[in-house]
Amino acid sequence: MVGTGSRRRERLVVVGNGMAGMRTVEELLSRAADRFDIAVIGAEPHPNYSRILLSSVLAGEKTFEDIVINPRGWYEHRRIGLIAGCRATAIDAVARRIAVDDGRTVGYDKLLLATGSKPLVPAIPGVGLPNVRAFRDIADVEAMIAAARSKRRTVVIGGGLLGLEAAWGLQRRGMAVTVVHLMPTLMERQLDAAAGALLQRDLEARGVVFFTNSQTEEIVGTERAEAVVLTDGRRIATDFVVLAVGIRPNIDLARSAKLDANRGILVGDDMATSDPNIYAVGECIEHNGQVFGLVAPIWEQTKVCAARLAGDLSAAYVPPPAFASLKITGIDVFSAGALAAADDGDEEITLHDAKGGLYKKLILRGDRVVGTTLYGEVADGPWYVRLMHDKVDVASFRDQIVFGRALAERVSAEPTPRDSAARIDGAGMHRAAELQWHAA
Amino acid sequence: MARGVIRTTCPYCGVGCGLRVAADRTVSGDQDHPANNGRLCSKGAALGDTLANDGRLTYPQIGGRNTSWDDALDRIAAAFTRTMAEHGPDAVALYVSGQFLTEDYYVANKLMKGFIGSANIDTNSRLCMASSVAGHVRAFGEDIVPGCYEDIEAADLVVLVGSNTAWCHPVLYQRLAAARQARNTKVVVVDPRRTPTCEAADIHLAIRPGSDVAVFTGLLVHLAENGVCDAAWTRYFASDFAAAAEAARLSTPSLGDAAAICGVAAADLARFYELFAANARTVTVYSQGVNQSSAGTDKVNAIINCHLATGRLGKPGMGPFSLTGQPNAMGGREVGGLANQLAAHMSFTPTDIARVRRFWRSPRIAAKPGLKAVDLFEAALGGKVKALWILNTNPAASMPRAGQVRAALGACPFVAVSDCWPTDTTRFADVVLPAAAWGEKDGTVTNSERCISRQRAFRAAPGAARPDWWMLSEVARRMGFAAAFSYESPAQIFREHAALSAFENEGQGRRIFDIGALAALSDEEYDALAPVHWPLPRGTAAVWSNAKRLFGEGSGFATADGRAHFVPTPYRPPAVATDARWPFLLNTGRVRDQWHTMTRTGRVLRLMAHQREPALDIHPADAARNGLDDGDLARIESAHGATVLPVRLSGDVREGELFAAMHWTDQFTSAGPIDALVGAAADPVSGQPELKATPVRVAALAARWHGLLLRASDQVPHGPYYWGRVPLERGHAFTLTGWEPLPRDRGSELWISALLDAPAAAELVIYADPARGTFRYASLVGRRLDACLFIAGTKSALPSRDALAALLGKRIEPQARTLVLAGAAGAAGAASPQADGQTICACFGVGLEALHRAIANRRLTSVAEIGALLRAGTNCGSCIPELRAILSRSQSESAATA
Repeated sequence: MVGTGSRRRERLVVVGNGMAGMRTVEELLSRAADRFDIAVIGAEPHPNYSRILLSSVLAGEKTFEDIVINPRGWYEHRRIGLIAGCRATAIDAVARRIAVDDGRTVGYDKLLLATGSKPLVPAIPGVGLPNVRAFRDIADVEAMIAAARSKRRTVVIGGGLLGLEAAWGLQRRGMAVTVVHLMPTLMERQLDAAAGALLQRDLEARGVVFFTNSQTEEIVGTERAEAVVLTDGRRIATDFVVLAVGIRPNIDLARSAKLDANRGILVGDDMATSDPNIYAVGECIEHNGQVFGLVAPIWEQTKVCAARLAGDLSAAYVPPPAFASLKITGIDVFSAGALAAADDGDEEITLHDAKGGLYKKLILRGDRVVGTTLYGEVADGPWYVRLMHDKVDVASFRDQIVFGRALAERVSAEPTPRDSAARIDGAGMHRAAELQWHAA
Repeated sequence: MARGVIRTTCPYCGVGCGLRVAADRTVSGDQDHPANNGRLCSKGAALGDTLANDGRLTYPQIGGRNTSWDDALDRIAAAFTRTMAEHGPDAVALYVSGQFLTEDYYVANKLMKGFIGSANIDTNSRLCMASSVAGHVRAFGEDIVPGCYEDIEAADLVVLVGSNTAWCHPVLYQRLAAARQARNTKVVVVDPRRTPTCEAADIHLAIRPGSDVAVFTGLLVHLAENGVCDAAWTRYFASDFAAAAEAARLSTPSLGDAAAICGVAAADLARFYELFAANARTVTVYSQGVNQSSAGTDKVNAIINCHLATGRLGKPGMGPFSLTGQPNAMGGREVGGLANQLAAHMSFTPTDIARVRRFWRSPRIAAKPGLKAVDLFEAALGGKVKALWILNTNPAASMPRAGQVRAALGACPFVAVSDCWPTDTTRFADVVLPAAAWGEKDGTVTNSERCISRQRAFRAAPGAARPDWWMLSEVARRMGFAAAFSYESPAQIFREHAALSAFENEGQGRRIFDIGALAALSDEEYDALAPVHWPLPRGTAAVWSNAKRLFGEGSGFATADGRAHFVPTPYRPPAVATDARWPFLLNTGRVRDQWHTMTRTGRVLRLMAHQREPALDIHPADAARNGLDDGDLARIESAHGATVLPVRLSGDVREGELFAAMHWTDQFTSAGPIDALVGAAADPVSGQPELKATPVRVAALAARWHGLLLRASDQVPHGPYYWGRVPLERGHAFTLTGWEPLPRDRGSELWISALLDAPAAAELVIYADPARGTFRYASLVGRRLDACLFIAGTKSALPSRDALAALLGKRIEPQARTLVLAGAAGAAGAASPQADGQTICACFGVGLEALHRAIANRRLTSVAEIGALLRAGTNCGSCIPELRAILSRSQSESAATA
């Protein structure tokens, strides 16, 4: 027992050793270092690493060590209990304890769920074959790297952000890569047709082969996947298949605690679930009908959650505008807000240099920026996000705005807002929730 | 004279200034030339800039394809010979130019009149000088300018009638201005417009267009009634004073009547009359405002009548003075290269015809006057003229009813055109011949004061271009007239011309134009010929003091009675009056830095800078009544044609009147030549058309969009929009104003690519803000900016042409390709892009170069410091490994250099 003079610390258990969970812990430590005894349960046998940079590891541009955010020593130094390589299997919300698959039970006063998301797996024959992998964690990356050493061909199903990063990484590792994509243009949730076409052209120039407008009928093979067959009958022989058709929030554990959930674990503005002792952040949650896949809104969640845990009852979450970018070296893509003019009130400004590989689009509503898609030159992306967020009237520099802040400020009577992403909070970023990306 | 310096004369106006061209092609005024004594105007000073040969015609062409001289000349000779055989000599015609050298003129005139046997040779001098010629002949019996330039300086009163001397004869204006400074010369300007010439005027009479005759009949009445007339002249030296005075009294019985006709205040008119009466030393200078009129010849004689009545001519500081427009209109008149002259101041009398035929040994000779310019093109349209050769002039732009002239050129079975550059006229030619230009050919010109000067070559003609006299001689030889056209040099032609002027020229009826003293010049003497005034009969010493002024003693007239003749000049208004349907009167004229149809001056950047585009001047009150503001488009229409021009509000034109410069052509603007609207009512005596008084109507045309196009190609655009072109150092700039909505979607792409005139290999950069009607295009070829187009809803939203012009044709760095479209600020950036380098932090758009600069300047040592300063790495953190690497590299570099 602890002596009467010292108040017992509350126990905080974090399920999920990913970016969202650990960022919350960091924020919390910076606010109230001594408030909690902290334990972290992580399914992967690794310290916390940047899932965003898995693509870079796959592409051979970084090692796993490069992308580790918090090494084991960091946990030890802060006396955080790390239970890595173990899966939390159930929550007893009444008794406030968690069952772990190694047989342990861990009690808590406050529980933070940061269980992230799971890859979507299409309901087609052959997805269970051993050489068919999703692209989700370092184990997937290692499997792909191994395949690239011994195999020649790969098919990536899904031409979204993840699929393209996987395709590029495998291409870099010497594989002949074919991407099968359901839609006519790539990354259609972040890019319009013009930008998608530039992206496809640039990737084709690097050797990637595309089947757009193509649906996969089945993955054929007995022991191993041998070919991908499309609904139109075309057959693409392969040695390896990557599934990258999307993600969904991981709510399995939350269901065991009977927490309210829809697509994701439902949280309020305080990041608390339907159980006031249980919080949730990151890709596993659903807030006001939105689920999350991009980093900026999730960082904001971790701040609010940490503040709440630290006792600040005023902290409330307002989703900031989110933006997406693609991690393929030499290909710069930035996308935020509305993707296209939604109605007659919306106006588009475009700048297109097909040969130079540049495309910029801004969506304006009443001389306010509500969306941008940038390809090839993305430096001003955050500035546009800031203009969106601050609802700046851009009429005075509208003719220059697409050329970037430096030029616009030469003609604008007043300085425009400084760019900011981290501080962005608010603005109707209706598309942010739809952007599915591995952020936390 | 410094080594390598060539003395020659200016190819522009009729002042005929002497020039010195240095070995490096710099042009300066010749201080020894009597016309200018070293002075130059803006056009003359820029002559060195006109020597670029880009766009020149350098090879003969048949059907648009280069061919040999033999083929081209054979084709013309065959067409002429066949046409003569089938339809007679009058089915053949030459239309030539006051830009011709005298030698060119002589060969053309001899070929047409003495060998083809028709007088169907007319010249653009018909549009310029014909009324002065006719007026001189009526008054003096021969086409003689009695005075010289020095008279303008010696006068106490200079009256400038229908002459924007300041812009059109700038060096003479400088001489006048200097004299005015020195001796307080009074200056009166008679002109419907308040031109820059009025700056130095004591009185400006802004008369109703075409009412000049009334000014001078009123003056004659005033002189007669106030006893200012010189009885010796009215009774003994001249005939028909009474008839002229009576006609003047009928037209303008009183000052008030004259003022009413002219639309000026009687008091102003009275001040002028009193000045004229009081100053014996009066020179009346007149130019196109007098000549280009359906009453042009009467205007000339109304002026001369007043000088005859006061005996004020041929004496220092006195006389009527016709300023010719072209550099060698006078030389053409001396040759006789007009349809109503035969040759060398001889006319179509049996005696003259026989004399010229003897001299030329002609197989056949024209026995009657030929077709004057307006009639000539009408005859081509009507099928009477079937083979036409146009040399050194651009009638498709400069003739009145230019649209009909184009139809005539299209209808004529055979058209040949000689010129230096492609023009609106060469488009209609079956055969195009490349003519040697100024600086490339040798010969003589005569200026407004009867001064013959040498024009000398100082460089070779490009390609196969040759002088006009050579082409004409070659065609003559191929038509079988080799013996009479075996010319080897301009000197040989000039000697023959001089010999003809002296041929059988003595005794009764002697011709004043006699330069027999020059008929025996050796080639060397011809080359060295100093400026010399005529007459210069055989035996005259090269000292020619008597030749500068004629008739001063009341004698020497070439009339039958040996006297000068007064000519009754009853006032009549312009041929066609305004009415409710055509309420405005359109005046045409010139601007300071352009010449004719801009084939030469339109290529010089600094000359185009004075007025870059055509404009329709309209009085602000008229503009307001018609819903027009400065710069708006107006549709202007006459009975002969219509066009669209931007308007310029100007209090310098009278209400109810409009003014447009005659220079611009299809090569420079969608508006085309204003002469397409101008009527062709001609003076009954001179045949000179009325170019300055055409009834028109005007309507505002709402601009739907504005555009600016720069490109290497000078291909003219076509569409429902106004455009105007100015040359740039490396290409051309077009301003565009549309009166129809922009095409949309698919149509717009075709339209845009046509405007850009981009080759297939071009790479396009496109900016579009359709909601605002803003579109911008850059076309890059081989990494160089080949074209760019800006379209916006307002003119003020367009970028500066000059900033873009600096980029045109220049290499555009990859990171600056889009900056070209960002307007002036972007253009400056594109010229010297500030590179941020490869993007490292995508979240905050921080580039490698920016990081290097920050690390070096702010001595940053950690990722945290970079994040605090530049925010890089503070969002997703993906770039932190790169930031670490950049930091460690820069630290090891600074350690190495420490």
